[in-house]
Formats: sequence, C-alpha cells, structure tokens
Amino acid sequence: MGREITIFQFRRWLLAYAARIIENESHLTELDTAIGDADHGVNMRRGMEKLQERLQEDAQTEDIGTFLRSVAMTLISAVGGAAGPLYGTFFLRAATSPTNGRSVDLIQLTQMFRYGLDGLQQRGKAQADDKTMIDTIQPAVEAMEAALAARQSAAVVLAAARQAAHLGMKHTIEIEAKKGRASYLGPHSIGHQDPGATSAYFLFETAAEALTTFNSSGNSSERAA
Amino acid sequence: MIGLVIVSHSAKLAQGVYELAAQMAGDQVGISQAGGLADDCEALGTDAQKILSAIEEVWRQDGVLVLMDVGSAVMSAEMALEMLPEERRQKCLLSNAPLVEGAIVAALHAGLGEPLQAVNAAAESALSVPKYCRGQ
Repeated sequence: MGREITIFQFRRWLLAYAARIIENESHLTELDTAIGDADHGVNMRRGMEKLQERLQEDAQTEDIGTFLRSVAMTLISAVGGAAGPLYGTFFLRAATSPTNGRSVDLIQLTQMFRYGLDGLQQRGKAQADDKTMIDTIQPAVEAMEAALAARQSAAVVLAAARQAAHLGMKHTIEIEAKKGRASYLGPHSIGHQDPGATSAYFLFETAAEALTTFNSSGNSSERAA
Repeated sequence: MIGLVIVSHSAKLAQGVYELAAQMAGDQVGISQAGGLADDCEALGTDAQKILSAIEEVWRQDGVLVLMDVGSAVMSAEMALEMLPEERRQKCLLSNAPLVEGAIVAALHAGLGEPLQAVNAAAESALSVPKYCRGQ
C-alpha cells in the first residue's frame, strides 16, 4: 500500500493551493471576464488569503476530518461567489470520508475525493460537459479510481488525476456552458476556458506535488510541533 | 407567528429590503438579514454561516421563511438549511419569491399571523402581479 498521507501533507497541499490561486488571480479574472462576471479571481484570492490565515492558526489541528471542515467553513465565509458554497461543499463532504485520524491510505484518499465530487454534484447540480468545475474534477476522480484499481502508487494515482484534470479543464474550451453565468452566452461561450474548471485544476496540480512528497523541509519541525 | 430572513449579495441591499419589510410587519414578526460576507461588508457575496446565524436569530416555533436574491444566494441558503438541526430544517422554507416584492408581501402576511406555507404562497404570488399596465 505504501506510506500513508499525513495531515501535514494535507496542510502543505492547501497552502500550495492557496499560493497557486493567488499567483493566478489575474488569469482567473481574465477567464471570468470573457464568459462570466469577472469576480472569480478576486473571490478566490480573498478566500485563499483567509485560508492561509486559518492554516497558520490551525497548525495543530487534531485530525484530517476536523482540518477539512475548517477549510470548508473558511471558504464558505470568505469566497462569496458560487465558488464559496461549491468548494465549501467539496471539502465539507470530503471531511465525512473515513480516515485514520491524522493520516489516510491511498484508498481513503481516493474515496475522499469521490465524496467531495458527489457533494459538489448535489450542490451545483451540474453534469459533465456543462462547462463547470465538474469537467475537471470528475475525470480526475475517475482517473484516481482507475489507477487505484490498477494497484498503482500514490505518485502515479495523483499524477493520473492531475493529467485527467488538465485534459478536462482544456476540454471546457470546446464546449458550450449549460450552468452558471456563462450559460447566458449560449454558443458564444465556446472557445473560452471555464474559470471554475481552471481553479479546480490547481487543486489536483498541487495535490500531485504536496501529497506525494514526504520529506520536505517543514516536515520534521511540524512533527516536533 | 413566523420569522423572515432577507438574503442578498449586497449588505446594503439586504438592509434596504429589511427596512421596507419591517415597516409592513408590525412588532411581532422577527426579521433578520444576511447581506454580503461576514468579514468584508463591501464585498458582494453570500455566506452560508451568516445566513444560518440570521435564521437562528429570528427562530420561531412556527417556522422561518428565507427570501433570496440571485445566483449563489440559493446555494448558500441551501447549505445554511443543511447546517440546521433536523427538526428546525423541516420548519424552514426557501422562497421563490422576488426579493423586494416578496419581502414586503411576506412581512404583511406574517404580521397577520398566517402559517409558513401561506405566507410563502402569498410572497411567491408577487411574481405574477403586474407592476404597470402598458397602454392604459
């Protein structure tokens, strides 16, 4: 099965995610200006700054479930647009998935992403090909499940997720929006990449980086803390 | 007597609708508002936890009607309902009524002591009342 993924790695993952979103604020704004109301970049940046604050304060969080709930509540309160309840639901539902307390094995990690995806679909009621974050997250979770079934390592499972997420994000360029503000544009939404699918891609990009590295500089001090 | 909650992306809009509704409601009807984000009054958006607090603030045994503006207000209100204990969730209703007209009509009917479903039906009927008759 390999090593378990610890709460320290989850924390590093979400710090990396917050940083990646903040770096890409203007890119997200550009994408949302083309087909939406131009607020995804600023909303996500505001949410991520709050998340960074929360992650600094909560360095000692007991278990992964509590940690993910805390992430969810921060995003629900700080993001503002539709992304707030959507990302909030993703993490809130992921938090209900079984863990070993302060770590998860690869089966549990994959299941956690599946719980998050299912919650997201219930909340937003979007299907694949509606040109939303589902177009990134659904193929990524399916790729994780397929790689897990093929008994691959965590690194391979998360690399597969990242690759599928990337393809899914790029696929949103080709399709017409059926949900959200972009759906008002109908066929004119074709040719533009979906901003929500883009911010969701960074979740998998940073997961592939942070959840598969075990001995980064911060780890020993975190363990001592 | 039921309670009313006004949800808007804008704190200013929520406050304004609250004032309009309160004027119609009389003293017995509890009305609360959840406009904008908790930590940033200027930012536009909705916050499920703020909506949850607003529901709890006006909680009545007869129930609470939630009136919302557009888009993610609905998703945030759905989340707030899911955070309520089961017995309260059953007495809490999200309305399809237009925010301004719906809040005024709901305040009037709530002030008359009507039950939750009746107040909501009256508020939602505001959708089909013309404001202006062209050509007369």
